[in-house]
Amino acid sequence: MSATADKVPTTTDLVTVMIDGLETHVEKGTLIIRAAEQVGIEIPRFCDHPALEPVAACRQCLVEVASPGPDGNLRAFPKPQPSCSMPVTEGMVVKTQYTSEEADRAQKGVMELLLINHPLDCPICDKGGECPLQNQAMSHGWDESRFVDTKRVFEKPLLLSSEILLDRERCIMCQRCTRFSQEIAGDAFIDLQNRGAMQQIGTFNEDVLGFDGYGPVGAAAEDESGNAFSSYYSGNTIQICPVGALTSAAYRFRSRPFDLVSSPGISEHDSSGSALRTDHRHGKILRRLADNDPVVNEDWITDKDRFAFTWQNQADRITQPLVRKDGELVEASWPEALAAAAAGLTAAIGKTGTPADSKAKGVGVLPGGRVTMEDAYAYSKFARLVLGTNDVDARTRCSSDEEQAFLGATVAGTGLGVTFAELEKAPTVLLVGFEPEDEGGVVFLRLKKSAGRQSVITVASHLTRGAQKLGATLVPTVPGHEARVLASLKGTNATYKELRQPGAVIVVGERAAGSAGTLTAVGALAKRTKAKVAWIPRRAGERGAVEAGALPGLLPGGRDAAAAAARGAVATAWGTSSLPQTPGRDADAVIAAAAAKALDALVIGGVDDSDLTGDLLKAVKTAKFTVSLEVRRTAVADAADVVLPVAPPSEKSGTFVNWEGRLRAFGTAIRTDAMSDHRVLDLLARQMGTDLGTATVDAVNAELASLGAAPAGHRPTVPAEPAPAASQKSTNVAGEMVLASWHQLVDEGALQDGEPHLAGTGRVAVARVSPATAQRLGLHGVVTVTGKRRGSIDLPLAVTEGMVDDVVWVPTKSPGSWVAHQLGVHPGQTVVVKGAAA
Amino acid sequence: MTDHTEEPPEAFTSNLPHPGGIGGVFVPVAGFGVTLRSFFRPTVTEQYPTTPANIQPRYHGRHQLNRYADGLEKCIGCELCAWACPADAIYVEGDSNTPDAQFSPGERYGRVYQINYLRCIFCGLCIEACPTRALTMNNEFELAGPTRAGLIYEKQDLLAPLEEGMLAAPHPMVEGTTDDDYYKGDVIRATEAQRAWVRANRPDDETLPENLPTREGHVPDARHGETGTPTPLGAKRFVSGTGGGV
Ligand code: SF4
Ligand code: SF4
Ligand code: SF4
Ligand code: FES
Repeated sequence: MSATADKVPTTTDLVTVMIDGLETHVEKGTLIIRAAEQVGIEIPRFCDHPALEPVAACRQCLVEVASPGPDGNLRAFPKPQPSCSMPVTEGMVVKTQYTSEEADRAQKGVMELLLINHPLDCPICDKGGECPLQNQAMSHGWDESRFVDTKRVFEKPLLLSSEILLDRERCIMCQRCTRFSQEIAGDAFIDLQNRGAMQQIGTFNEDVLGFDGYGPVGAAAEDESGNAFSSYYSGNTIQICPVGALTSAAYRFRSRPFDLVSSPGISEHDSSGSALRTDHRHGKILRRLADNDPVVNEDWITDKDRFAFTWQNQADRITQPLVRKDGELVEASWPEALAAAAAGLTAAIGKTGTPADSKAKGVGVLPGGRVTMEDAYAYSKFARLVLGTNDVDARTRCSSDEEQAFLGATVAGTGLGVTFAELEKAPTVLLVGFEPEDEGGVVFLRLKKSAGRQSVITVASHLTRGAQKLGATLVPTVPGHEARVLASLKGTNATYKELRQPGAVIVVGERAAGSAGTLTAVGALAKRTKAKVAWIPRRAGERGAVEAGALPGLLPGGRDAAAAAARGAVATAWGTSSLPQTPGRDADAVIAAAAAKALDALVIGGVDDSDLTGDLLKAVKTAKFTVSLEVRRTAVADAADVVLPVAPPSEKSGTFVNWEGRLRAFGTAIRTDAMSDHRVLDLLARQMGTDLGTATVDAVNAELASLGAAPAGHRPTVPAEPAPAASQKSTNVAGEMVLASWHQLVDEGALQDGEPHLAGTGRVAVARVSPATAQRLGLHGVVTVTGKRRGSIDLPLAVTEGMVDDVVWVPTKSPGSWVAHQLGVHPGQTVVVKGAAA
Repeated sequence: MTDHTEEPPEAFTSNLPHPGGIGGVFVPVAGFGVTLRSFFRPTVTEQYPTTPANIQPRYHGRHQLNRYADGLEKCIGCELCAWACPADAIYVEGDSNTPDAQFSPGERYGRVYQINYLRCIFCGLCIEACPTRALTMNNEFELAGPTRAGLIYEKQDLLAPLEEGMLAAPHPMVEGTTDDDYYKGDVIRATEAQRAWVRANRPDDETLPENLPTREGHVPDARHGETGTPTPLGAKRFVSGTGGGV
């Protein structure tokens, strides 16, 4: 009974039942409790949850049931039955608490029993005011308890993880949390323990969970095997717990529901576009909850979506524009800051009308991958129309021209492609450069939902615990060799055959761009197998940036910036005679150019320099002029010449485009005077004498709609043949290995700042190598990984069975392991691994 | 135009008794009898504000946030008072007690506590809602002021004064006790260990015995920034450190 919208109700098998004297026809197999809902009768319940399998654990939903026996006569069940687990049958007669005294008495008795050991400490309970137990005790309980003895007490709270706290006294043993953990998240770390009055939820103790290197960073309750509750989805248990037994450290004691204003929103943390509810009080976000969106995230969100919202209100939030005067950034008024920014940029593009113009070298634009589609569009238009350059790239990660052609040809402006539902139903899913649990957020939950019914094949260096939970098969691949491996999938290859089943999906992650030929090989494989391709990047703004043309070679709607016809079409729409023709530089090239003084100025959005292998800070310092549009005083903002404050997602409206291509529009949750990037760029353009027309979200969307998707001839073409994968040249340095790396879901990303409880649930950073490699090099304990930046990372070694040899995996931005920043290499490049001098 | 018929006006008849005879003669001046009788009775008019107002002991005056006998606050920041308030006059934000800052027994305390006396209608529903008897009302009724902001009383304005044996919060709970012991009234004064903690963390705290002002029985006024203001005219201060919950 999941809330997935793609379930087509079959009207063939209807059964007739009588509920409280009302006759109704429902689909065969419907649970009594749902059938009652359909006729508007509410039966009290705790353990029942539409997305979880029924267990009938709480017994609150007892009703009187009679069904026709073999002789056709109605025969009543001897005792009241749980309506949440009994399916209706033809001719069944159900009497709920409204018409049956017995059902009513049974329900009240269960309620009294549930409350016997319940502490009723509602005044200090976070659930107070929105507690199903409170509410149903009022509506379906007796006014007085006959229980006069001492209640059972437990020590409270128990830290299941640094974020999730358990007050066992309040638990009513409904097992929603444990069922969620097992069925939905696949992290069976908590389960029922003990019997009778001492029955309690506790951390699960089973050695089968092979836990090596997946432990959380922070304090968490441990069981005998030393395992701790560690799940990226654990916050959902708080939301579905029908009592206040599970609470979060972040929200504990902070507020009451009647204080809060709830605004719907969309998560800014990943490309899934999960629906959220933001609860805020006096302009401050207190908590975020999952909103039910059957087609996208169903009932669930990741812990990052739920808990990582404090970043925007740290002490370093910028509220006033800043202008550099005598070497110092000082607060300035908007007109002053805009004038300073306009002057600097005008000089850099050589439009001042002075002889210095001839030496002007232009401006590069780096919007960052987290802006909305409207913002990305404004950056793109600002770069091309005002700055006259194609040097705009939102991909501040490893990227390539091949990727750009792939995105332009098959992703941009193609609308809704593969959907969550299709992913769930696909018989085979091939993952290329994509780790669903770490990089996909709720994508993992959809795949998990089909685990066992679906064959998941992953082209990766090793099988992670997340992939194991999906029952995935590994195609062992050295990073950088994906193209070769994909090309070998043909003929009698088993994977190839599986992929030829109708509905098969190839998921390719953003990391594929770092491995030459992979995306082309994916295209070719898709053609061979007729499988659909889904590109799932990590950041929320990536797909929107592709749609809006915030890439050097792409104009809005997937138009090729190199094609004259496409340029002409956009130029006409923008009311200009022509658009710049010089091929644009990508983010790495822009940074390199600025550092080499080949660019005079930079316009930078939300870019964290530590995510880049190139030295962005050096580029900013070398460039004559930098304008930073930032929410917080980042290192980039600190080095800029003019800083224009922009709004974080909760304070603006806009649209994220999720990986499916679905527009995920959201409204302003908290009204402040902070402006979105597109509006700031509109003001800046105006100051420079151009009307950008991006003042409002509506204006941008109207323009985007009128531009539409590119016609076939205006798109870039994908190279037909996979480029040969760069062969790894061995330099004979002992310990040289190929680096495999990706971001773990909970890590030290900038959008997770200021939430130590969440950080504590992130996984410890380890370096993984195969047993053979570890043995060959005599690695054990702590190892040192050294990259080309001559920085190094020391990490504990985790020898991983089944991993490809001569490859080392480290997390991209976990505590103590900032790959781009410290090693300066991309996955697929070589690093040197040595035993740490101990 | 309606076509209802006009009823003839009713003739006036008095309900008063009509004493006849000699009584009837005095009817016009009978009222003066009351005046004459009162003339010889003791005066009851209150000369407030020149003399103190005579306030009934259960008069609903200004709120007070009570303390336990060791000085820890009773309020747990549950917001039930705010919820109960029909005038939306109360604003509360709870928070977690920490080992370094324990304001109330148990896990939760009221970090922000405000009552807006421009809104409060003194109905007392909040004190009925309070599960810990943290909130009671005292007899102080002179709640007027020149500014709106000044009539929003903060937690420090509402907290009960510290009495004999109490130590200003925050400080740890009495050794070996739980919040239950506090509710049951088993904690009767601050202990040496608590004083030692306060000494170590806030050596200048005014509620430490060595720092107490010499004047015997002086209760430091908890009103923020108003120390030294004389006790408001009239109101017999209903000082209740134990609040009745103990
Ligand atoms: S779960 Fe919390 S709010 Fe609900 S009845 Fe229990 S103590 Fe009260
Ligand atoms: S902790 Fe909550 S969700 Fe889990 S069994 Fe107890 S009551 Fe149910
Ligand atoms: S005064 Fe009483 S009701 Fe109000 S928040 Fe404090 S404990 Fe709760
Ligand atoms: S809801 Fe039916 S037994 Fe719990």
